[in-house]
Amino acid sequence: MTDIFAKHAGLRAAYEGLTASSPRNPFEVVIERPLSATVGIIEGRETLLFGTNNYLGLSQSHRAAEAAIDTARTMGVGTTGSRIANGTFGLHRALEEKLARFFGKKHCMVFSTGYQANLGTISALVNKDDVLLLDADSHASIYDGAKLSGAQVIRFRHNDPVDLERRLGRLKDHTGAKLIIAEGIYSMTGNVAPLTEFTAIAKRHGAYILADEAHSFGVLGATGRGVAEMQGCESEIDFIVGTFSKSLGTVGGYCVTDHDGVDLMRLCSRPYMFTASLPPEIIAATMAALEEMEERPELRIKLQENAERLHSGLKAAGLATGEHVSPVVAVTLETVEEAIIFWNALLENGVYVNLSLPPATPDNRPLLRCSVMAAHSSEEIDKAVAVFGAIAKQLGH
Amino acid sequence: MTESVSGISGMIIQKLLANPKVPRDIDGNSKIVEDLAFDSLAVMNFVMEIEDELDVSVPLDKLADIRTINDLAACLHTLKAGNA
Ligand SMILES: Cc1ncc(COP(=O)(O)O)c(C=O)c1O
Repeated sequence: MTDIFAKHAGLRAAYEGLTASSPRNPFEVVIERPLSATVGIIEGRETLLFGTNNYLGLSQSHRAAEAAIDTARTMGVGTTGSRIANGTFGLHRALEEKLARFFGKKHCMVFSTGYQANLGTISALVNKDDVLLLDADSHASIYDGAKLSGAQVIRFRHNDPVDLERRLGRLKDHTGAKLIIAEGIYSMTGNVAPLTEFTAIAKRHGAYILADEAHSFGVLGATGRGVAEMQGCESEIDFIVGTFSKSLGTVGGYCVTDHDGVDLMRLCSRPYMFTASLPPEIIAATMAALEEMEERPELRIKLQENAERLHSGLKAAGLATGEHVSPVVAVTLETVEEAIIFWNALLENGVYVNLSLPPATPDNRPLLRCSVMAAHSSEEIDKAVAVFGAIAKQLGH
Repeated sequence: MTESVSGISGMIIQKLLANPKVPRDIDGNSKIVEDLAFDSLAVMNFVMEIEDELDVSVPLDKLADIRTINDLAACLHTLKAGNA
């Protein structure tokens, strides 16, 4: 009998090498419980959380929790069915209408996760006769959606309009549809996409454009609609995809658009059709979080201030951070060994960040991915920066 | 220029040898993943460099069938011919 796990031998070797050199397994960190948005218990200690996607702190929103509790009491905890069969409640429609209104778009489809929003949107929009142009650093859900679609996939260099245009130029005789995909904020590096330039290129080459604002929804733009709003190109973006699992603190994903053609997507998008819809209490919590986000623009202002504080603090401590000031601040290190030592020392000193290792990182170097929240106090940020600085010094930076 | 399959293959090898981590004894039959120890991302990024050199784009699904440097050269040659 062929060993079905034999294919994982390389992965096992890499995994064992990594865990052998680390005092704790970086893939098995348990937040025993959160005490607040910014502090959790890890290994029995109070630990500052600087490695979440809880940008506005809304995972701990009382209003969202109350909405979820009330709804669970009155409607139960699940739908037991898919959106096109028995899983659409009035609440699903209400959330879709609310999001469409928020984005000023005609249509909205809600999916059970952000991952599925990408899979379901991309796979329904393009097929084998079409071409997808993906930013090289795209999230796994975009690559997986591309695979599921069967479309031809061409990568362009990360955030590089010239490279995108060159590749579209090579496709001038292509007869199928062309769809460009970029993110708003890149989750590993905090880089912000030049969406306005991409939309101009899309127009010149007769291509559609989809922006995944997973990390920028609620974070950038005057009202939190993301990078497209910030850069003033929302009307030029054909499809905006995003998630509730970051700034809104719940779970679920969406696609908004002005194209009427999406109506039929509900009948051909497999990741939308063949999975259970979001439970009512999640929808209720998401709507409450969205209302809180709209009513408290000061959260976004505080988040931006905090992003600047963390970014400049880490820079001043001599660490290699990215050029974009966004709530994701990545510290790049040279070797995996050093990254493991650094990450363990941070955790031992009460600061939790994400250890990101190649090949999941853009340029083959490891990252300590930090993310900041509106809920962090200045003191918490300064403490994290001080811990970073002290460890960097010990390691001879 | 480097229009024939063997010409493209030679150009790929030259580019690879510019990377000091690549073994010195590679030839057209070397397997990109096994012999060069490239992971999937490294392969995709390396192919991007070659694409610029030849002014073609290789769709990702084509990469799935490629094992050796000669396979890659043949694929690029076909794409290049299709564009001409
Ligand atoms: C860019 C991007 N798109 C999509 C997703 C998927 O979202 P979710 O985790 O809510 O399924 C994520 C995060 O995981 C992401 O970073």
